[in-house]
Amino acid sequence: MEIHMEYYLVISTIMFFAGIYGFITRRNLLAILISIELILNSVDMNFVVFNRYLFPEQMEGLFFSLFAIGISACETAVAIAIIINIYRNIRNIQAKNLNQLKD
Amino acid sequence: MEYSVLILLLPFLSFIALGLLGTKLKPVVAGSIGTAVLGICALLAYATAATYFSMPRMDGVREAITLFTVEWLRFTDTLSIELGILLDPISVMMLVVITTVSLMVHIYSLGYMHGERGFQRYYSFLSLFTFSMLGLVVATNIFQMYIFWELVGVSSYLLIGFYYTKPEAVAASKKAFIVTRFADLGFLIGILILSYYTNTFSFDVLNAGDASLFSKAAGTTFMGCSVMSWAMALIFMGGAGKSAMFPLHIWLPDAMEGPTPVSALIHAATMVVAGVYLVARLFPVYSMETPEVLVLIAVVGAFTALYAAVVACVQTDIKRVLAFSTISQIGFMMVSLGVSGMGGHEGLGYMASMFHLFTHAMFKALLFLCAGAIIHAVHSNEMSHMGGLRKYMPVTHVTFLIACLAIAGIPPFSGFFSKDEILAATFEFSPVLGVVMSFIAGLTAFYMFRLYYNIFWGEESRHEHTPHEAPKSMTMPLVFLAAVTVVAGFIPFGHFVSSDGTAYTIHLNWAVAGASVVVAVVAIAIATALYRKKSPVPDRMAAAMPGLHHAAFRRFYMDELYLFITKRIIFNCVSRPIAWFDRHVIDGFFNGLAYLSQRASYAVRVIQSGQVQQYAYVILLGTVVIAALVLWLL
Amino acid sequence: MNILSLFVLIPVLTLCGLLLCKGDNIRQIRTIVATGASLLLVLAVGLVIAFLNERAGGNNADMLFTANAVWYEPLNIHYSVGVDGISVLMLLLSAIIVFTGTFASWKMPFQQKEYFIWFYLLSVGVFGFFISLDLFTMFMFYEVALIPMYLLIGVWGSGKKEYAAMKLTLMLMGGSALLLVGILGIYFHSAGAGSPLTMNITEIAKSSVMPVELQRWFFPLTFIGFGVLGALFPFHTWSPDGHASAPTAVSMLHAGVLMKLGGYGCFRVAIFLMPEAARELSWIFIILTGVSVVYGAYSAIVQTDLKYINAYSSVSHCGLVLFAILMLNQTAMTGAVLQMLSHGLMTALFFALIGMIYGRTHTRDIREMGGLMKVIPFLGACYVIAGLASLGLPGLSGFVAEMSVFVGAFQETDTFHRIFTIIACTSIVITAVYILRVVGKLLYGGIVNEHHLELTDAVWYERFSVIVLIVAIAGIGLAPLWLSNVIQDSLVPVLNQLNF
Repeated sequence: MEIHMEYYLVISTIMFFAGIYGFITRRNLLAILISIELILNSVDMNFVVFNRYLFPEQMEGLFFSLFAIGISACETAVAIAIIINIYRNIRNIQAKNLNQLKD
Repeated sequence: MEYSVLILLLPFLSFIALGLLGTKLKPVVAGSIGTAVLGICALLAYATAATYFSMPRMDGVREAITLFTVEWLRFTDTLSIELGILLDPISVMMLVVITTVSLMVHIYSLGYMHGERGFQRYYSFLSLFTFSMLGLVVATNIFQMYIFWELVGVSSYLLIGFYYTKPEAVAASKKAFIVTRFADLGFLIGILILSYYTNTFSFDVLNAGDASLFSKAAGTTFMGCSVMSWAMALIFMGGAGKSAMFPLHIWLPDAMEGPTPVSALIHAATMVVAGVYLVARLFPVYSMETPEVLVLIAVVGAFTALYAAVVACVQTDIKRVLAFSTISQIGFMMVSLGVSGMGGHEGLGYMASMFHLFTHAMFKALLFLCAGAIIHAVHSNEMSHMGGLRKYMPVTHVTFLIACLAIAGIPPFSGFFSKDEILAATFEFSPVLGVVMSFIAGLTAFYMFRLYYNIFWGEESRHEHTPHEAPKSMTMPLVFLAAVTVVAGFIPFGHFVSSDGTAYTIHLNWAVAGASVVVAVVAIAIATALYRKKSPVPDRMAAAMPGLHHAAFRRFYMDELYLFITKRIIFNCVSRPIAWFDRHVIDGFFNGLAYLSQRASYAVRVIQSGQVQQYAYVILLGTVVIAALVLWLL
Repeated sequence: MNILSLFVLIPVLTLCGLLLCKGDNIRQIRTIVATGASLLLVLAVGLVIAFLNERAGGNNADMLFTANAVWYEPLNIHYSVGVDGISVLMLLLSAIIVFTGTFASWKMPFQQKEYFIWFYLLSVGVFGFFISLDLFTMFMFYEVALIPMYLLIGVWGSGKKEYAAMKLTLMLMGGSALLLVGILGIYFHSAGAGSPLTMNITEIAKSSVMPVELQRWFFPLTFIGFGVLGALFPFHTWSPDGHASAPTAVSMLHAGVLMKLGGYGCFRVAIFLMPEAARELSWIFIILTGVSVVYGAYSAIVQTDLKYINAYSSVSHCGLVLFAILMLNQTAMTGAVLQMLSHGLMTALFFALIGMIYGRTHTRDIREMGGLMKVIPFLGACYVIAGLASLGLPGLSGFVAEMSVFVGAFQETDTFHRIFTIIACTSIVITAVYILRVVGKLLYGGIVNEHHLELTDAVWYERFSVIVLIVAIAGIGLAPLWLSNVIQDSLVPVLNQLNF
């Protein structure tokens, strides 16, 4: 059975919107972070898939996804650091409590 | 006669010097400088007068000489203010009057103001006043006159308020300035109208009798009167303010709060006749272009003379009596100008007015200076604190009596001659007015002798210490002025001053003169009967007419009326609402604007909740909407 | 180097010098500011002399001492400077007031260094404005002059200072928003088809291609924009609060010079560049300014705070400036410029004296003071002189200005102008009322407060600044002819514009 590009895309789309849904609805910062990872991973997947199917002789998509993975790792590290700091300050990590910046 | 410039310059320099040095000078030094300067000025003024009047007439007319002029400020191509010195009969006469009286007052003040705090300041203000007054009379153009007009106003303000710790003096000075300032507004607008239509400020041009000058204004009317009438009437309003004509007279009685020599100089002899001088200065214009305004002047003058004479009969403060008497006498001068015509015998009123101005300046200054000596002796202004002073103050007594006789119009004192000319001119104009003026002349004699008897005769009131005659520095001016009062009537005044500059020989109109002497004598007799000894009759008369007496005593409630207008209407009904409007409506509008934008920003702020997820949701929706739009539109 | 650029350079250098010195070294700070201020004054006097020499030498160019440097090519923005007689006089006025203001703030309670830094930044804006010939540069300096005011009032002020500072800044910024639209409007119609757009005032005036339909839009915007700063009724309400809260020297500079920026701008930009609309629409503004002349004076009568009285009096006097400009004839405009000079000097004198009195009595409420003439005769006498100048005593500056305005205004013959001229004339009476009321209450009478008996009279730096101002006021009042000649000559280009 031949695996079409669309199959990958469907899965990545599902992942993407699951991520979005999670980002908007989850209350916990960690869960939100995980949702962001889902979104990023879906995008990575798209990169790889497009590269593999559309431009097999080039490598940019792969490299880009590697980049994205690296960056998301950094981002996660920073985000977790921030979350820990938030936890230290307000003793929870509920997103609705974080509205101090508006003032 | 180029040295006449010095007459102006010296007092100015003395003002600057005394004002700047102030208390660094010893009082004696300051006083001597001021007096010495004025002495020189007086000599120069006499020399100028002698030279001017001995110059030959041109075609029988005394010429006006413009000694020099400098351009001071240019408005338009044709209108510019020039400062200069104009010598003509009336300005030369005024130079003599002002310097003489001022010199006397300077000398007198050495004694009167001795030991006062601010002695130096006093002399510097006196110099300023003298400078401004001299500048006023020699003005070559109406705007120069206005400049010095304002300056005399301010020096009068400063001098009335000389005792600045006394609330009444401060209030009086303020009142004097504001009332005259209001009149000056009329003067200014009058000047603006006049100068716009004639394109000149210069007296020479205005008085040249060139009818074409006024042609531009011909046919222009405003509210039924021609603009020229408006202009001249408004200019007269300025004069009426300075000369205390009804209803702008209210400042003058209060101005008596100033030191008495100041009252003698400013509020009796010189500044208050500035209005008369102004009308006289523009007399050809009044006479040729706007005779109807002259009638107005005559009516205002006559009414003022009557009003002030009536009020003077019941006042008890001796300076107030003199103040009302001054107002009344200036009314005489105004009437005289009002009834006068131009040239020859027609111009009798003009000449009489100037003559009366001259004699009045001398004897009224004398009266005030006597009053000063009396106040100096008894430390009070009230008649009830005086009485029987003739024994203690012989010189003052005699000089005061001379002045009283002069103002009452008893020959051979100077007042008789000048007042008689006025009455003659009035009778020629209208017998009714003549009778009224004769009656007022009788009133004058009555109240002056009421004053005289109350001060020098009657019961002696208790004094804390025996009153004594004033020092030499004060009695000398009295004697000098009394001497002038005695002889001034014999000056052939018409040869010096007349409406058109030709020589005019005064002929006494014996009918009028005889009648007026009789009236004066009767009035004096009544006063003698009533006041020579303590008598119950005056009180009974007052009790018989309580309303009239009280009204006259309160000066017919003019002050109350003014207070009502200024305090109630201007202050409470105009200024307060405007200030409130400013703070609450206009400012409220801008504050409201600020408030609204603040509310609006609060309303918008709700969107910026700070909830990241909310933002993300909005971003998502936005993306979807944009995507949908793009798809749909493409 | 161009002499005019020095006017910007000296304050900038002073400012840099202040930045370098230590905040607690008062002596050093004073040396720097005194040097800067004196240099400016000398420079201004020198400029006047140089200007008169040039004119006497027959140089009849509209603008003298011009210099030009491209600043931003694509929009044709230049740093372009030049002066005529009016701006020379304005520069002199500003220099005198900066000079005296510096001495009036010789002693500040705190942070003197920072205070002077903002103060000199403000003066950079003021001087820059008066020398600019380029609309953009002019607008930029205008803004530079406005912003420091916020801090100067907000930090060093008194009373409701934050409110006042905010109000003043916002209202003036609102004005400059309108102004910016006006200036852009002028810019985009500054040259005929084919030639490049320009910001240069003289060039715009020369080409004058702006159609009258557009002028009708942009003239009111520009006029109101500048008018807000010139206390145009009803946009004047920043002035009482702002002046009352500002520290002494800032009030002086603000009322003395900054409000003149408004009048100068109205005249130099609004009327000079859009003469047709000025002729058409002047009646609206004549009503507004005529009202403000009387309105300010009446409001001043009932105030009890010295600074409020003076602020309302400024509304009245500055109203007269705009009123005179709108008469659009030579005499009245000369009067307007004279009135700007006169009002600048005398209001600065007033504010200086009020500051000195406030520094001693710690109150500005006239009900709590009285009889001060006896304890502080020097300040009292100077206050009387300032008052007399304000009510238009001949021999002091106010008279000359007012008379020129009135005579000029009277040359317009129609009933409308006549009525408003007479209304404006009545202000001389009302002015006398409020001035004498204050003088009477504050200086005369008995001492109200026992503590005031121990007050000390002015010290040397106070005397110095007061005397300089009085000499200037008396100078204008005694010998006004050369001033009015200089002004009248400089008005010729404007009048040529107005007569199409």
